Amino acid sequence: MTVDERFSRDLRETMKDRPLGVRNEIVTGPVSDWATDFSHTEPEWAADPYPIQDELRQRCPIARTERFGGGWLPTRYEDVAAVAYDTERFSSRAIIMSNFRPPREIAPIGGAPPISSDPPFHHHARKLLLPAFTKAAVARREAATRAFCHALIDAFEGRDVVDAAHDYAQHIPMRVIADMLGFPPEDGPRFREFVENALEGVNSPPEERVARMEKLFDYLYAQIRDHVDNPRDDLTTYLINVELGGHKLSPEHVAGTMGLLLIAGVDTTWSAIGASLWHLAKTPADRERLVAEPGLLPTAMEEFLRAYAPVTMARLVKEDMHWRGVDMRADDWVLLSFPAANRDPAQFDRADEVVIDREVNRHAAFGLGIHRCVGSHLARMELRVALEVWLERIPDFVLADPAAVTWSTGQVRGPRTLPVRIG
Amino acid sequence: MKVRIDSERCQGHGRCYDLAPELFGEDDEGYGQVPGDGTVPPDEERTARLAVSNCPERAIEIL
Ligand code: HEM
Ligand code: SF4
Repeated sequence: MTVDERFSRDLRETMKDRPLGVRNEIVTGPVSDWATDFSHTEPEWAADPYPIQDELRQRCPIARTERFGGGWLPTRYEDVAAVAYDTERFSSRAIIMSNFRPPREIAPIGGAPPISSDPPFHHHARKLLLPAFTKAAVARREAATRAFCHALIDAFEGRDVVDAAHDYAQHIPMRVIADMLGFPPEDGPRFREFVENALEGVNSPPEERVARMEKLFDYLYAQIRDHVDNPRDDLTTYLINVELGGHKLSPEHVAGTMGLLLIAGVDTTWSAIGASLWHLAKTPADRERLVAEPGLLPTAMEEFLRAYAPVTMARLVKEDMHWRGVDMRADDWVLLSFPAANRDPAQFDRADEVVIDREVNRHAAFGLGIHRCVGSHLARMELRVALEVWLERIPDFVLADPAAVTWSTGQVRGPRTLPVRIG
Repeated sequence: MKVRIDSERCQGHGRCYDLAPELFGEDDEGYGQVPGDGTVPPDEERTARLAVSNCPERAIEIL
């Protein structure tokens, strides 16, 4: 048995040494005015954020809130892009807009490199991951992903109504990432819990959030120790052994990156698959066209990513400044809405329509600039295969009950209940 | 017609090598690459323009 001292310390001990961050009062309840009191955690936003964003884009276009200790919401493509590119003035030290700001000392590494990292460290942390996520590397997982999608549909045998989010979409990214990290495939349902804890319920009491995070890190450390004892050909063993500037990674870096891959890889892709199936279930013309012209799917898929972009990020303002007409203060949040950018009529023709054969589509669903989604090639492969298999096996389907569809709350948006009639 | 990728802007979204695999490839880290001197054969000019108009970073130039 190998002894790797880095992972022998109890995680809770490690967390205790961390400098404290800043908490603010938690404000919930109906929004009085979206321009001055916005909240991405209220049911109205979860149900349909687009009209809200469209209205703000015309009216503000940078909305303000005093909730979450203060923050801003740019809604034009141009402003979202400017924030994403400006890593000098906007920090990624926190990327989930909540009621807690981690201490400044954690920059430029942050808790989950590279998503939480700023330059110059960011580049190095990101570079470690890129080779495993190229288009060529993820293509090797396509056959297994396809077989898994077929198995999920085989299990629908004899049912007229299935939940496309719960019984199909969610399982695909869970299985893929479990394979890549080398976690037991049957642990999938536990990931779901971790993911929901991290991304949803940002307004739960901080103690509760910390306790839930600890559960995730307990799990990750158990997996790490198992990989230290039994190294294998997967991302966990790779992260344990890889060197950055001549040194192996700190335990926080290893666990933080694994947590990131688990969280960033699951909810996002599950949402993209679910939103695409939701659109097709309620739009027979698009569904019939894709069944008849499967070659159009890659183009249609980009349009689903544009129109239903699942991911919104956040940044923290570094210093007080006047920025594009508003006075930002140090440590204000900026909610970085790639979904709002993707529906800006100044950037896209017919921005509010889903045009499945849209040829020019510079959408920002996977972000812009240095934090471009490391998993974008993987996510695209999963989304394409999931839709190809579904349309091949179930060409005819409709929403079983439009009112029963529910959407996740918070920064990753996609259907969580999606009953469709398939028989 | 020739194409060129500005490596300062390219972030490896891969739209170019998805849409125009004859003209673009990926390096070991997923960044876009132009094999050879970037000359676009006449029958590939349309796909070249398609790649340009889908690069989210506006990193591809037509020379
Ligand atoms: C449709 C599915 C997905 C969408 C829409 C999506 C979206 C995004 C976005 C918008 C960012 C930029 C973050 C920022 O600017 O702060 C990002 C970053 C990231 N994503 Fe994804 N993602 C998806 C799937 C995945 C998958 C499957 C993985 C890996 C298993 C993944 C791993 C990452 C990582 C590691 C980063 C951080 C990159 C960096 O900071 O350099 N994502 N993602
Ligand atoms: S589409 Fe643009 S950003 Fe993406 S790889 Fe090609 S040149 Fe780079």
